[in-house]
Amino acid sequence: MDIATIVQVLESTLRLATPLLFACLAGLISERAGIFDIGLEGKMLMAAFVSAAIAFVSGNVWIGASAAIFASVMLSLLHGVASITFRGNQLISGVAINFLAAGITVVVAQNWFRQGGRTPSLSGDARMQRIDLPFVDALRDVPVLGPVYTILSGHAPLVYVAFLCVPLTWYLLFRTRFGLRLRAVGENPAAVDTAGISVIGLRYGAVAICGVLCGLAGAYLATGLSAGFVKDMTAGRGFIALAAMIFAKWRPWHAMWAVLLFGLLEAVANRFQNIEILGIGIPVQAMQALPYILTVVILAGFVGKAIPPRAGGAPYVKEH
Amino acid sequence: MSSRGKIPHWADVTLVPLFSVALAFALSAVLIWAIGESPWQAVKLMVEGAFGSSYGWGYTLFYATNFIFTGLAVSVAFQARLFNIGGEGQALLGGLGVALICLYIPWPHWSVALIAASLGAALFGAAWAIIPGYLQAKRGSHIVITTIMFNFIAASLLGYILVNVLRVPGSQDPASPRFPSEVALPKLHEMLALVGIPFSTVPPVNIALLIAIGMCFMVWYMLWRTRLGYQIRAFGESEPAAQYAGISPARITIYVMLISGGLAGLMAVNAVMGEQQRLVMNAVEGAGFIGIAVALMGRNHPFGVFLAAILFGFLYQGGAELALWMSIPRELIVVIQALVILFTGALDNMVRMPIARVFARRKRAG
Repeated sequence: MDIATIVQVLESTLRLATPLLFACLAGLISERAGIFDIGLEGKMLMAAFVSAAIAFVSGNVWIGASAAIFASVMLSLLHGVASITFRGNQLISGVAINFLAAGITVVVAQNWFRQGGRTPSLSGDARMQRIDLPFVDALRDVPVLGPVYTILSGHAPLVYVAFLCVPLTWYLLFRTRFGLRLRAVGENPAAVDTAGISVIGLRYGAVAICGVLCGLAGAYLATGLSAGFVKDMTAGRGFIALAAMIFAKWRPWHAMWAVLLFGLLEAVANRFQNIEILGIGIPVQAMQALPYILTVVILAGFVGKAIPPRAGGAPYVKEH
Repeated sequence: MSSRGKIPHWADVTLVPLFSVALAFALSAVLIWAIGESPWQAVKLMVEGAFGSSYGWGYTLFYATNFIFTGLAVSVAFQARLFNIGGEGQALLGGLGVALICLYIPWPHWSVALIAASLGAALFGAAWAIIPGYLQAKRGSHIVITTIMFNFIAASLLGYILVNVLRVPGSQDPASPRFPSEVALPKLHEMLALVGIPFSTVPPVNIALLIAIGMCFMVWYMLWRTRLGYQIRAFGESEPAAQYAGISPARITIYVMLISGGLAGLMAVNAVMGEQQRLVMNAVEGAGFIGIAVALMGRNHPFGVFLAAILFGFLYQGGAELALWMSIPRELIVVIQALVILFTGALDNMVRMPIARVFARRKRAG
């Protein structure tokens, strides 16, 4: 394997990790507040469709991305109404949202564009343009630094936003009053309630942030990574993000490493059909299944047990 | 849950699900109207397409057979308050079991093959469910997450086996060879012809329908007439109480997952052995997930599951007709399915609130 191939695979890793990172941080914030969210996939899918459709119609990718965030937040609020206000089962609500998005995106896409449930291809300003970091051409031939800088340069703005969200999420959760309360509401909502702080308000807040991040994930997927929406284009990424979140044990920095690992696996699987390591051929399907297998192993606690926030999944009932 | 006491049991099992489905249909009608089609015409087309001919009935019952198996699978787990979202993967593995048994053992007659394939399907499905079951019981790993992960692992595993092991040499198509004709299951029209009833020969509805109905009775008997069933329901009502009564949570969790996975696996007898006659990548086609909607709507009771499965069979067959004759894609059914899951599952408390209010008022008046 030569340097050029490695650079290509790593560039592609960053791009593939971006939607995962947004969705992973989305799930992380929601679950830290005690709301399980297996509807990341659906919100991302809905956002992907809305961003591509609106970007195509308006010719402006940022209008598309804003619409995607709006659509994703709407689904988040539906999840909130079901699981916070009506104290329904959060997992079932998540399943419903996934199907709702899978169905509505295709029905509406077919109705609007008549292309078999996809949007027309995006080009020009309807697609997210790549940004070259300064001096990338000058530094290209510098050993070590050159290739590394080339890998980091030339991505859509949302790639940089995603990685910027990691310290932001960390700061929000661990260095602000809101974050402290948010984490408390995921561990012991009764204590937060006793302190006179609204459990419901905090949880809605977390769910809304989750919606915004899923919106960005979907928008990048449809307008940055690809050039348009196709049916079921998230292809399980919402669940990989969920896996990464568990793998990272609900911590932002670890989440970044987890999605980079899963992104790398996907990039390698895309680039090579079969890989030989030490003479043993690894089939591409094994690479695809690896994130899920790793998550099961982590959940099983054979290597450092993953323990979710204590009040996760349970609706909060105020004592009378 | 807090308002449950206010609704009489009969209303809880009839009015609440019917009201939820009515809401789901109403919203779907709005969607059809919003994309510029006529909801009324869509309903007419669906009912005619699904129930207007023995052809339509045949397909409706074929789909319903799949959904009975997966619906029962989810219900049994729900009875123990376990959410088995892995029916899809368990059914895929069931399909692998059916394919191996049909392909590698020369069967003299379909009847013996059916028994063996059913056992194989159930065994493979159960084997795929026991790992999440064991991890939940012994290691406390959340069963919803592990079963989701196992769906994806199953898809990858099946992809590998179809491409590298079972694929017909020289073919590009990741699918197993066709099963020998000896193991073709008798279709419903052949069975009805024996008693002189004419029935369309096209639909793939087959003898697996009878197995599905038999399973409804067996699951009912198991849940309400055996010690194990009592333990499962007690465990579902209250884990601490069950534990106090000497019921081992780990044992029940593993047993329930075995039964649930086995039922999901059995679906492959209908789809793989009864229809496709070979193993393909998308053998299950989402039936494992529809089981969730069917179980929720059927209130986790085998009879309810049977009725809900017929309803979803109707939606599937009717939806295919819609896609054919109107410009409404088949995915409309996925929207209806999502709404049914939303209202019967997640927004259950919202749906029962007005019903509970009516009953409370009547009580006060009477």
